[in-house]
Amino acid sequence: MSKMTIKTEGDRHVVVTRRFAAPPEAVYRAHTEPSLVQKWMLGPDGWTMPVCINEARPGGKIRYEWTNGKGGGFHLTGEFVELVPFSRIVHVERMHLPDPCPDNHVETTFQPDGTGTLMTMRMTLPDAQTRAAMLASGMEHGMEASYVRLETMI
Amino acid sequence: MPNLDATFSALADPTRRAILARLALGEATVMELAQPFEMTQPAVSRHLKVLEGAGLIVRRVEGTKRPCRLAPDGIAGVDQWLAMLRQALAKNYERLDDVLATMQPEERKDRP
Repeated sequence: MSKMTIKTEGDRHVVVTRRFAAPPEAVYRAHTEPSLVQKWMLGPDGWTMPVCINEARPGGKIRYEWTNGKGGGFHLTGEFVELVPFSRIVHVERMHLPDPCPDNHVETTFQPDGTGTLMTMRMTLPDAQTRAAMLASGMEHGMEASYVRLETMI
Repeated sequence: MPNLDATFSALADPTRRAILARLALGEATVMELAQPFEMTQPAVSRHLKVLEGAGLIVRRVEGTKRPCRLAPDGIAGVDQWLAMLRQALAKNYERLDDVLATMQPEERKDRP
């Protein structure tokens, strides 16, 4: 029920879906209220988000800073474009590693699904090459690097 | 671990991914790589330079040739990053499940 799916769409899109056992209002709030975002958007174990700025209004700023507590860290900046409580969020984000990566335009929708929610996150990258690089960073297809490694081990 | 920005831009090109797949089968010279890809040797050399700069391949000198092969550390670096990101998304949403459960205490009671 809760399984995540990731698929590509056209040249520039990546679509992630996930079901949650809570109504859209709760899932939406967990994406927009900093004190809630800080509890889950943390990546691997051991990482925390000491800075979470989330101005949930059109034009509002987003800034997430992550640290592993051992001197490692990176951050993300972005801006909200559109918010429809509790069904839709449109924002732009970019990772800084530490140089800014290309903008990722993200539309997240929260649809009622029984007593729960179906979340669909649709990312749009500036061009096919950027998406290829992003896919190479772990999103389902574009896993040639892993296949290469697998082949070297066989 | 190599610079991941350089690594990902190197991997964004399908020809370079194909070259890496070929090198997974073993060491090859520029001439050997140029044939299956129907590319000129200077074009292949340019791709190899990018892959070398990204730490994905290493080259050695053998007479006038410079055969190349995969750099195990380079691939391992990417692989670690891949695994981390995939796990990160799944982990985030598992954590979000827990956050949502605390936001819905009345629903939790209904569950076994």
